[in-house]
This record gives sequence, C-alpha cells and structure tokens, in this order.
Amino acid sequence: MENIEFNYPEAKRLITKRAHVGVVGSGDMEVLLEPNSEGASVFITTSVNGFGDAWKAVFDRFFSKFDGAVRIYINDAGATPGSVLLRLEQAVEVIGQ
Amino acid sequence: MNAPTLVPDFVNRKSFIELDARARAQSLFDEGTWRELVGPFDRIESPWLARQGIAPQSDDGCIVIKGKIGGAPAVAIAFEGAFQGGSVGEVSGAKMTAALDLAAKDSEAGKPTAAVLLLETGGVRLQEANLGLAAVAEIISSALALRQHAPVITIVAGTVGCFGGMSLVAGVSSYTIMTREARLGLNGPEVIEQESGIDEFDASDRALIWAIHGGEQRVGMGLADSLVEDDADKIAAAVRDCVHKGVPEKHRTEHVELYRARIAALDTSSQIDPATLRQQWASHKGGVR
Repeated sequence: MENIEFNYPEAKRLITKRAHVGVVGSGDMEVLLEPNSEGASVFITTSVNGFGDAWKAVFDRFFSKFDGAVRIYINDAGATPGSVLLRLEQAVEVIGQ
Repeated sequence: MNAPTLVPDFVNRKSFIELDARARAQSLFDEGTWRELVGPFDRIESPWLARQGIAPQSDDGCIVIKGKIGGAPAVAIAFEGAFQGGSVGEVSGAKMTAALDLAAKDSEAGKPTAAVLLLETGGVRLQEANLGLAAVAEIISSALALRQHAPVITIVAGTVGCFGGMSLVAGVSSYTIMTREARLGLNGPEVIEQESGIDEFDASDRALIWAIHGGEQRVGMGLADSLVEDDADKIAAAVRDCVHKGVPEKHRTEHVELYRARIAALDTSSQIDPATLRQQWASHKGGVR
C-alpha cells in the first residue's frame, strides 16, 4: 500500500459543495471531494505500489482543466488511469461547478 | 409501428442489482424522508486494513440510512458487496449494531422502527477475524432484541449473495426477501468444495449452486419469504408490505420443533436432490408464511 500526496496551489476557485463517488472494489476507487480554503490538495491511498508517476500525470491533466480549491481523498483498489479520470469527472459533475 | 412491441419489459425496468449499496438503500424510502447516518465524510474507516496493505473505504462498506417507509419510521443498513466482498469488520459491524440498537430504543419508546438489512456479504472480514466474529454475535443479539418490537427485514438481491455469519442474521430476521439471482447459505460454494472436496460440491457448477442456494429454492423451501423480480420498485413495494405487516406472530427461528422434525425425517441413505427437498418442506404446514 502507498500514500501519495499532491498540491495544486494555483487552483483557487471557490467550491461550496462536496461529492462522494465510487467504491473501493477491484479495479475501481472511491473519491471524496470537498471544499478547501486555498489551493487544491490530493491525498491518495492505493493498494498498488509504484504508480506515483501515473497518478501525477492523471492529476496534472485533471487540474489543467479544473481550477476549484478542493481537497480530494482517494481510496484506490487498482483503478486504471482512465477510470481514475472518469471518477474525478463524475465527482465534478456531482458538485455541478 | 412495431417498435414498442420489440422492446422487452426488462429494458425499462429499474434494476435493483445494478444499484450500489447506497442507492439500493435510498430507493426503499419515501421520497425526501431519508438521511444518511455516519456517512463517508465522517471517515470512520477500518483501522486494520491499511496495516495489511489494503485500501480502506470511508464508510467501511456499510451504509446506514434513516427515514420513512410507507409512512412508518425505518432504518436501512446496507453492505456494499463490491468492497471486500461486503465483509463485516469492526467498523461496519459496529455501525449495524448501533443502528439496530437505536431502532430498538425508539421502538421501546413507542415509535416502532423497522430495520431493513441489505446483505451482500461473504460474512466475517478475514482481515479482522475476531472482531468480525464478535460483530456478528452483537448484530444477532441486537436483531433479536429489535424483532420483538418491529420487523427486521432482510433483502438478499445478488449478485454477491449472503453467506457465513451474516446468513445467520438473515435467518433471525422477521422476513427475508430474495431475487432469483440471489444466493443464501451458511457455507459458500467455494468453502464447501475446499473443505469437503469437489465430489461433495463443485463450486464451478452454477446450476447446482443456484438449485441449492438460489432465491427460488430458498423461498420454495420456506427459508425465505418472498421471491421478487430484480426491480427496484417491486422490491420497495415488498419492503413496504413487510413493514405494514409488522412483527410476525412467530419467527422462523421459533419453529424449533418443526425444523427438528424435518431434519429427523430426512432420508440420507440416498442423495437428496433440491427439487425433492423443496417439495417435502413446502408441503409442511406452518413453515412457509
């Protein structure tokens, strides 16, 4: 198991809602997204080790489009980068911002 | 135009099995009456999984929702089958026990509160073995306390099924609702095969598994009460029906003499097949409600 953390201080847009999507099932993950006072932070707990670079690439891409100041907590059971991005987009859809 | 006749009913049906545990529980309540207790943002996770290299889940795979069903107070406790096989750990077990105890407390105070248990579970979580076993014992004693005042309704919809210690919880409940896709049994097929050999039970023989553990057989034998189609509206209606019926005159586990007699009467000199067993048991009076 590995814990990974990223920070995106340039994401400053105010977010007021929170979202919970997904389940920690095989090949899937759970996302908790909630407002942050300043900047965005990502905390990942994954059962698969050694994919820090892939996580970084996915979040760099996500925050190239999304600029909300949020805290994102992820519990992952081996979701592929494609599924990760879909779950993140689903969470953004839930907060509707 | 022929088009409408070409669309089979199941296309427009809202499948219950396809919903996750949270959506399943929500779908049972009267609109706008429910709220989730100890939800994912409270982050009460299993403290044991991470130590064993397994990612936890923020609700520990147990969803508790309080609201009204058919106008009456009720609480639904749902296990998420996709997370660790819906297994019962320290946290998920404590959530279920606490919810049942609160429902019993409300019921004793003159506000009968039914409990609906959505069980998609393989039983005790092996990573939290002793704590999980203790949790099952607590859940059963809480369910027994509540069922004197308000019905405890179990739904096994599939596709995980309900096995191990949690099948005992289904056993002590007032009513059990199953779909044809669901399975209910103390030992799961893989466990039986592992312990007794493939000659005893072939866990890859799906026809055999469903003939023994399947919803149709369980309801046919009187070990579950109603067989409902995999349709969210129909399952919600079946639950409302059970809430409305209230506490049964006699629970299944109180028919001790009936079941003792049935077991004593079994002829084990030759292999009993599921169809015969269903025929024999269903014909007894009092077993099937």
